[in-house]
Amino acid sequence: MIRRKMAATVLAAGAALGVSAQSSPEAEIAKYREALAAGNPAELWEARGEALWKQKRGPKNASLEACDLGKGAGAVKGSYAELPRYFADANRVMDLETRLVHCMTTLQGFRVADATKRVFGAGTNRSDFESLAAWITSESKGVTMNVALDHAKEREAYQLGEKMFYFRGGPHDFACATCHSESGKRIRLQDLPNLTEKAGAQLAYTTWPAYRVSQGELRTFQWRLNDCFRQQRFPELKFASEASIALTTFLARNANGAAFDAPAIKR
Amino acid sequence: MKQSRRRALKAGGGAGVLALLCAAGVVSPGDVLAQSGNQAAFAMKTVREAMRALGAQAPAVSAAIQIKASEIAENGAVVPISIESKLPGTESITLLIEKNPNPLAASFTIPAGTEPNVSTRVKIGESSDVYALVKAEGKFYMAKKEIKITLGGCGG
Amino acid sequence: MADPMRIRVAARDGVVNVKILMSHEMETGQRKDGAGKLVSAHYISKVTATHKGQTVLSAEWGPAVAKNPFLEFNFKGGQKGDKIAVTWEDNKGESRTDETTIN
Repeated sequence: MIRRKMAATVLAAGAALGVSAQSSPEAEIAKYREALAAGNPAELWEARGEALWKQKRGPKNASLEACDLGKGAGAVKGSYAELPRYFADANRVMDLETRLVHCMTTLQGFRVADATKRVFGAGTNRSDFESLAAWITSESKGVTMNVALDHAKEREAYQLGEKMFYFRGGPHDFACATCHSESGKRIRLQDLPNLTEKAGAQLAYTTWPAYRVSQGELRTFQWRLNDCFRQQRFPELKFASEASIALTTFLARNANGAAFDAPAIKR
Repeated sequence: MKQSRRRALKAGGGAGVLALLCAAGVVSPGDVLAQSGNQAAFAMKTVREAMRALGAQAPAVSAAIQIKASEIAENGAVVPISIESKLPGTESITLLIEKNPNPLAASFTIPAGTEPNVSTRVKIGESSDVYALVKAEGKFYMAKKEIKITLGGCGG
Repeated sequence: MADPMRIRVAARDGVVNVKILMSHEMETGQRKDGAGKLVSAHYISKVTATHKGQTVLSAEWGPAVAKNPFLEFNFKGGQKGDKIAVTWEDNKGESRTDETTIN
């Protein structure tokens, strides 16, 4: 209720915003975003993530340095640009989060329930996943997205993700495609990416994780999906679930060819 | 402490104060007593009072002070602002936000050798004039700029 | 204990550009938690940056400075290899110092 009221107020305020002689509101917003980019607090998460990766933890008192993210044990550089992918040792397709859970359980000896206790952080209660994702993704900055569909299970995941993207459901009869299959749509001042077009799909996927200034938190692509599900009034998208991996595979693959450009900073 | 809490709770009564609740905070009297420097000025409720507490009675408007910020901030929770002074002998640069519960946001002391040009980010509860107060060769000068906020300091 | 700061320094033509990111909640004291209780004010109130022990910038802040604060400034006279140290103190008496070297 409050949210809706606020949205209406914001729309009205947006329309009433005076356009100055020299500069359009769009140009001023662009200036605002540019100023933000000069110092991205995502770096604080990256530093924590790197320390976490190297820290000996868990019942086995081991670090994650032997974790194979797809390019060999301990190879982090460029790995995120090729995820999700099929992992033979687990005989399934995994996205970054799923693979981290795998490494935390196999290498460090955590139980799944303990490893996934806090998947999204709030304030000083930080999520290890957000910190690790910040660092791991930062090691793919500038790397060309290259999600392969070589394995049958990768193709399966992609097709399932595509189905989910267009699947209408929930009390509002909504699908991802309701908001994200047309160009020029927006919520308040936020342009919604058209994920059915290459440019839109690339821009959206390659700019997560991001430091969200509205929350003061580093948020991952996994969080983005979860929040879209919430906004659609869908049941919660289970962390590291088949559904989550499939949808991520679909969206990551559609970003192929673009340079990965995160952690970013967004309003 | 108790008093400021009661006051804030009272303020929290209506939905209309949402922006206020999320914006820059009240500094409790205890904090002020415990700290030195310009802390008393941080507790003031108006730009005028805060400037006076800093020793600036009627600062002259100066074109040599530039407030660099986009005219529209997408989110009031984080508003990047740079202030540059071209006044010779600049000793301090202070940023005030008129509509925040306590206008004084940040004050910088500039030793010789440091450029009188600082950038930081602040919370702004609603569209507001922001003031840059500069002390140069013992005298105060100021500049003003309006910043519009499309989403209050606590928007989601 | 508070997380480390990220301090970036870049020297050009004798001018050193300093960019600092600090990890801090910067609670205003006016926000309520999920249970409707006010979250007490918790913010960095003092920042000092030094170059070889000499103060190059000091700041006093209120709770209006944004969460995970950012600060940028320039000073003259820094050489490659010089140490830059930054200290913040908050209103609850916590503090943190980090340093870096001009390269």
